[in-house]
Amino acid sequence: MSLEVNAGTFSYDKEHPVLMDITFSAQPGEVVAILGPNGAGKTTLLKCILGFLPWESGYTSLEGKKIQEWKRNDLWKYISYVPQAREPAFSYRTEDMILLGRSPYLGNFSVPGKKDLEIVEQVMETAGISHLAGKNCSEISGGELQLVLIARALAAQPKLMILDEPESGLDFRNQLVVLELLKRLSHDDGLSIIINTHYPDHALRIADHSLLLYKNSIHLFGRTEHILTPEHMKAAFHVDIAVHHELIDGREYPTVIPLRLSENSRSDPEKETR
Amino acid sequence: MKQKRRFIIWIIVLFALILGFSLFALCAGQFSISPARVFAELFGFPGVQEGKDNVSTVIFNIRIPRIIMSLVAGAGLASSGAAFQSLFANPLATPDTLGVANGASFGACLGILLGGGSVQVQLLALLFGALAVSLVFLVTGRMGSRRNSILMIILAGLVISSVFSALVSLINYVADPQDVLPVITFWLLGRFSGVTRISMLFGIPLILLGTVIVFLLRFRLNALSLPEDEARSLGINLKLIRVLVVAAASMTTAAVVSTCGVIGWVGLLIPHISRMLFGNDNRYVVPSSILSGALFMLLVDTLARCVTAAEIPVSIVTAVIGAPVFILLLRRTGGLKL
Repeated sequence: MSLEVNAGTFSYDKEHPVLMDITFSAQPGEVVAILGPNGAGKTTLLKCILGFLPWESGYTSLEGKKIQEWKRNDLWKYISYVPQAREPAFSYRTEDMILLGRSPYLGNFSVPGKKDLEIVEQVMETAGISHLAGKNCSEISGGELQLVLIARALAAQPKLMILDEPESGLDFRNQLVVLELLKRLSHDDGLSIIINTHYPDHALRIADHSLLLYKNSIHLFGRTEHILTPEHMKAAFHVDIAVHHELIDGREYPTVIPLRLSENSRSDPEKETR
Repeated sequence: MKQKRRFIIWIIVLFALILGFSLFALCAGQFSISPARVFAELFGFPGVQEGKDNVSTVIFNIRIPRIIMSLVAGAGLASSGAAFQSLFANPLATPDTLGVANGASFGACLGILLGGGSVQVQLLALLFGALAVSLVFLVTGRMGSRRNSILMIILAGLVISSVFSALVSLINYVADPQDVLPVITFWLLGRFSGVTRISMLFGIPLILLGTVIVFLLRFRLNALSLPEDEARSLGINLKLIRVLVVAAASMTTAAVVSTCGVIGWVGLLIPHISRMLFGNDNRYVVPSSILSGALFMLLVDTLARCVTAAEIPVSIVTAVIGAPVFILLLRRTGGLKL
């Protein structure tokens, strides 16, 4: 499903807009990565896209229809949100946690049935976490919990997934597991995927398009290789950067190397909003 | 699916225990009745003298209503405890977190102080219970519209709760220590003895309605304990569900307090026993709490009226029995899996 953000503007207080005139889109079968320094408004942007925070002006639309106009249940059957992995107040068993992903399909007074349980089994297999069945979410590692949350999102059988830093805090292997899974879901299954990430390498690796947020509420959107250039990243992060392409076994691996803090790179404390 | 089978067995066992102890409670008491006689009266066996004597009065007019009342009150308190714990994503939440119980207590004490009859006392209790919840939401503003709104609600509940608790103390202070104060004190510790038929008629439907709503919402309760944005992203009408849960659980609590006085511990103890047995999934916790709450309350009340000639207040028994049971379970199950 295609999602479009049109001229979205948001601020926590009127003086300092966090997001200004953001316009970008995600098409089916495509991964869009959102990058930017701390405090540039990445998480805020996701919340605005999803309608958790209201755009001051501009709008988000799904399939050309503004998300406010979608019926709640329908909307959340198509869009799934994967938050940063945090241990919940009450920990559930992994499969019960994933089962919650079926919520949009269930009435307020109903409980999930056999079909829902089957879907849970399927998505656990897709996410490669069948072995976690029966374990409590408090007993598994952060990486595994992240995969559980991704599986929960998949249980809604969405057309679009929005993930908040899905691979931060994970080890090399789990990072690859998550990235490969996202790539597969978009390129093979046709999902649209939007992720926040702190790793330009990851964006270069799986994202078709990237949105680069600057701290002074400027942004760039376009094909990842056009956006994540050393010049742009230097401007956004105030770090001198080199992008190195390693050719291994006929495949090219882009690597981003942060060289040093740029000259005059003191970040403007005025802009330290969230 | 081992979990599910275990759960079904547990539910059946609870039903059987409730039935068994109800029969036992019919027999036991200061005026003990033989099981044979109880059966005869219940099922109207021939050969028993027509039921207008003492025994049938005790069974039908005193013990059966009392047993029903304690079962319903226990089920209500335990389910609303479980509901509040999920709503606030806090294992320490109890039916009184929003100040409902203290509000209702104040209403009842006021009624007793003013010399009202049981109906007036009950209505005042319900009224002030509702007032307490309304005040909490007045203080916190619109529900679910702010970051950390849940924390704000808990805080407001704490404040409102202590205001009403202070007012209760004030009534205690001014109440006539000869005749009014003992009534109030007994009432504040919970009792099933003075429950009249008419107050049961008010109380029980409200308690049952609240309990049924919580039961029906049991799967939603799981999502409710997640962070707000996560719950919303599951397509849940968060505002509606929160209002429903608060209304149902508060109504249950206020109705119990207004009929039976203040009964502590059940709302905290029973849901946690269920959690220890089945984990935090409310599809298990809520039904298990409803039945174990009912059973526990029946046991407590039977003890309260049988152990000594004078009745022991219910809250004292819940604490004295509840605490060791809780600790024993903590040790045996290796702690809470929160």
